[in-house]
Amino acid sequence: MLDLIKQLINGLQAGSIFALVALGYTMVYGIVKLINFAHGDIIMVGAYFSLMAIPMLSSVGLPLWLCAIVAAALCAILGVVTERVAYKPLRNSPRISALITAIGVSLLLQNAFMLLFSATPKPYPSIFGKDSITLGDGFTVSYITILTIVVTVVLMVLLQMFIKRTRVGKSMRAVSEDAGAAQLMGINVNNTISITFAIGSALAAVAAVLYSAAYPLIDPYMGSFLGIKAFVAAVLGGIGSIPGAMIGGFTIGIVESLTKAYISSQISDAVVFLLLILVLLIKPTGIMGKNIGEKV
Amino acid sequence: MSAMLSIRDLHVKYGAIHAIQGVSLHVNEGEVVSLIGANGAGKTTILHTISGLVKAAGGSIELEGKDLLKTNPSQMIRMGLAHVPEGRRIFSSMTVDENLDMGAFARKDKEGIKAEKEEVYRRFPRLLERKDQIAGTLSGGEQQMLAIGRALMGNPRILLMDEPSMGLAPILVKEIFSIIRELKESGLTVLLIEQNARMALSIADRAYVLETGRIAVEGTAAELMANDDVKKAYLGA
Repeated sequence: MLDLIKQLINGLQAGSIFALVALGYTMVYGIVKLINFAHGDIIMVGAYFSLMAIPMLSSVGLPLWLCAIVAAALCAILGVVTERVAYKPLRNSPRISALITAIGVSLLLQNAFMLLFSATPKPYPSIFGKDSITLGDGFTVSYITILTIVVTVVLMVLLQMFIKRTRVGKSMRAVSEDAGAAQLMGINVNNTISITFAIGSALAAVAAVLYSAAYPLIDPYMGSFLGIKAFVAAVLGGIGSIPGAMIGGFTIGIVESLTKAYISSQISDAVVFLLLILVLLIKPTGIMGKNIGEKV
Repeated sequence: MSAMLSIRDLHVKYGAIHAIQGVSLHVNEGEVVSLIGANGAGKTTILHTISGLVKAAGGSIELEGKDLLKTNPSQMIRMGLAHVPEGRRIFSSMTVDENLDMGAFARKDKEGIKAEKEEVYRRFPRLLERKDQIAGTLSGGEQQMLAIGRALMGNPRILLMDEPSMGLAPILVKEIFSIIRELKESGLTVLLIEQNARMALSIADRAYVLETGRIAVEGTAAELMANDDVKKAYLGA
């Protein structure tokens, strides 16, 4: 029983990372109908940005976890620039063009960072201090696990409130439903899309720091598989749906962790993808996805 | 009297298709002007070009002397121009009330917005009954009312309406037109696109007949209703 709880907590930790990244996929898809394949690499970039920020922070005596904020800000800028340079000119082109461009951006980022930092994995320092927390009876959970889950839940709640309550959030919802109509309401569609990319990329950077703190080796390709998993989470939850990305992320994290613990760690990925196939067979729009009928 | 909205020698192209070929028209303050024509004549294209959803290939569009072709589309509503698009295009996953809030997105005057909303609900009591309902679940007529109400929330001085009667039962068409008449009486300027030429001419001051991207006939509504060609082609008589 204790072991099961432990596995569930581990699953929630991995799921938190997937969910944070999946939010970026789903928000961008919701607003510009683009599967941003470069999103996974934003995680990698975020990890390197935070790594570079650490010595600077320590030299001025600031707490090291602030590197997450630095990475989030830089990744937000990178996300916005990528959209302006690579995707915006293609907004009225067939969707496949933007999709291929996204793959191009992904390769560009991977190779650029390989040139800059070489392909050798770099160790990631411990930035959160304390190792583990004992919850009575020899039941210990690592500090980073709890932190990951808490940070993720807080960010999700904030994001949900931002989208439901604020002016910018409302304009994001309006643009994702009908950009033309949103424009008629006086909403600046380009700015709204930029904000969406900024938020998605910032969340990916936070995920990168949490991930690197738990698995402290980073390399230029770390984003691709993590990105694919998060993408699966977004599709599983229903792409375009924000609660869906959260549910999808946690589901995949837990399924993966339970498979690793009780079946075999080698087939955990297979089980995750099998789950995706099953869900899509039963509900093609994903768990939270809505069927959008064509309206005349 | 100078025109509130004036379009001169407008050209619009969709790739190789020259959809609008030198259209000129104007709308004076307080007028209801109707643009009628068959499917594919270019009516919606003209409206979309005015509100910036489609780019012009040539010509000029001015609203009270300001060049709309050089204006960011999201600024139109701030200049007093609202557009009730074809097919309503309400935000179907938002509630009725949220849709009206979106209509007032460009405004900052809380009191004015509140008063405007009361006015819209007074005009469309059925929307008030369905205030918290998801807009996508409304009937066609209610959605059209919501689209009009949403446009009014921006407190426009000129309203562009694209086929407000489309797909509605005759009784609802009458209702929508009586609303347009009320709006006109309250001083709003309207550019109305309609396939239902009889209804459109019944409330318009002036009208233009559009045929394959050009203005074929123009005149007062009474002149057009008496015109034999117009009668034959659009009034079914």
